[in-house]
Amino acid sequence: MNKLLATAAAIVAIGSTPAFAQPTDILNASYDIGRELFEAENAAYAASGATLTINQSHAGSSTQARAVLEGLPADVVTLNQVTDIAKLVEGGFVAADWATQFPNNASPFYSFPSFLVRAGNPKDINDWGDLAEDGVQVIFPNPKTSGNGRYTYLAARAWAVEEYAGDDAKIEEFLTKLFNNVPVFETGGRAATTAFTERQLGDVLITFEAETLAVANQLGTDKYLPVTPSVSFLSEFPVAIIDKVVDNRGSRDAAKAYLDFLYSPEGQEVAAANFHRPNDEAVAAAHAATFPEIRLVTAEEAFGGWDAIAAEHFADGGLLDTVFLNQ
Amino acid sequence: MTTKATTRSPAEIALIAFAFLFAAALLLVPLTLIFSFALREGLGVYLANIAEPTTLHSIGLTVLTAVVVVPVNIVIGVCVAWLVSRFNFRGRQLLITIVELPAAVSPIVAGTVYLFLYGGQGLLGPALQGAGIQLMFTVTAIILVSLFVTAPFVARELIPLMQQQGSEDEEAALSLGASGWQMFWFVTLPNIRWAILYGAILTNARVMGEFGAVSVVSGSIRGQTNTLPLQISQLFNDFNVTGAFAASSTLAFMAVLTLVLKSALEAKGGWR
Repeated sequence: MNKLLATAAAIVAIGSTPAFAQPTDILNASYDIGRELFEAENAAYAASGATLTINQSHAGSSTQARAVLEGLPADVVTLNQVTDIAKLVEGGFVAADWATQFPNNASPFYSFPSFLVRAGNPKDINDWGDLAEDGVQVIFPNPKTSGNGRYTYLAARAWAVEEYAGDDAKIEEFLTKLFNNVPVFETGGRAATTAFTERQLGDVLITFEAETLAVANQLGTDKYLPVTPSVSFLSEFPVAIIDKVVDNRGSRDAAKAYLDFLYSPEGQEVAAANFHRPNDEAVAAAHAATFPEIRLVTAEEAFGGWDAIAAEHFADGGLLDTVFLNQ
Repeated sequence: MTTKATTRSPAEIALIAFAFLFAAALLLVPLTLIFSFALREGLGVYLANIAEPTTLHSIGLTVLTAVVVVPVNIVIGVCVAWLVSRFNFRGRQLLITIVELPAAVSPIVAGTVYLFLYGGQGLLGPALQGAGIQLMFTVTAIILVSLFVTAPFVARELIPLMQQQGSEDEEAALSLGASGWQMFWFVTLPNIRWAILYGAILTNARVMGEFGAVSVVSGSIRGQTNTLPLQISQLFNDFNVTGAFAASSTLAFMAVLTLVLKSALEAKGGWR
């Protein structure tokens, strides 16, 4: 009987991560469209002389937060939603002061919802107001399932609040028209991009600038033109150490060293080369030609912080539902 | 069965031609497209795409999963089929229903159920974690859900056949002094070998192609828990269409290999 139990335990243990004193690898659970970026970051990290192997898992930001809660043994998370890290704090996986453990709200680089139009900009789309015009088809992911889509909703709303001087009826009318102009809501950011590029749906794609610039760069500026709106909503890419996992594996130092690297000039350079706006001023200056001027509003400035946003906008029956579901 | 050389009527010829055209349009064309897309940037790029370490690992992982799951499901399938077709006992019908259940459940539900059972917030997950056992997001989890999803395939092929065959041959063998093992090896097994083979092929195809259930429990760690279908989906989403088709072609190749193997075995007339 004991032998049987030992065999069963051995079978179960296949593929699990034993607790090493000196971990030689860590797992980074990251968001869906960060694959190219982190492949490049990890290559640069290895080139910098680090012996640590970085394993990558990629899925939607909220899916990854859920997976960590369910036991995905990630040492660090690099997500694109502050609210997803909040879920990990609630679950006791991440320290409550995570945002101050690393600079810039623990966001090594940033982006914002921006536009990608077809060559020549035939529908003359230059700012948020143009998206609600009749006959314009807009592609962005479903805000119910995608953080990317939620950022787009918040950016459009932030523009409308300024444009209509807080007139709720006009703001709601604009947002309803905008949502009515979306022929199909994809579930994630990358799916929206492929709908726009592979299936040739829509006149304008709204997604992170990191994605619009990368697509134009990769698929050709003769086919696609990135357009920067007058104002947008700061999208942070928060990073955090998963306390439960690093304490169990003894990998805290390794995890911290890796996240610190993302803030180093080399790490920032890789981020900028992959169209994520760097926080490092020297690196930002070197890439100024890539990134047009933009005015960004934050969650605190525009909507009173993420808790207020969750309660007023994204809760069931919230402001998102009034413009999204009542079409 | 004898076949007579007869002249076929035009209707027959039309019907046969239609069947071939249909098969070509529905099956052959997509299959050919996979390979032509995979090779569109040349053989060198194709091979480089397959040799990419994470793709190579996903091929290995998919083969490993099949190598574990297929034999286990053959053994379980034969046991269950033998039990329900040779013995009459209370709960027999219930056993059949339970074994068939996974076929009626959507794979995504199967994956989610495993997560609810063994995940960190699940029913048994916290206890397992307390014992230092990590089940979810490992290769073990992938193998477990694959076993679940394909559990009915062998038994389903065997049960109707063994019920129809009855136990006369086996009783004759026993009455002539054969041991239980001899009876199974020389009488039962030869009678059901084709059904086993067919069940194994179905199981193999499903295990290698399974996406939904595996995607829930795998954690998609590149180079560790990404099976071939997950890898293909990620490559495609990364705009690496050639890479995605190169990986798809290996999956298609393994499927074709399975069929060729089956035909070869059939042609040889058995494995005894």
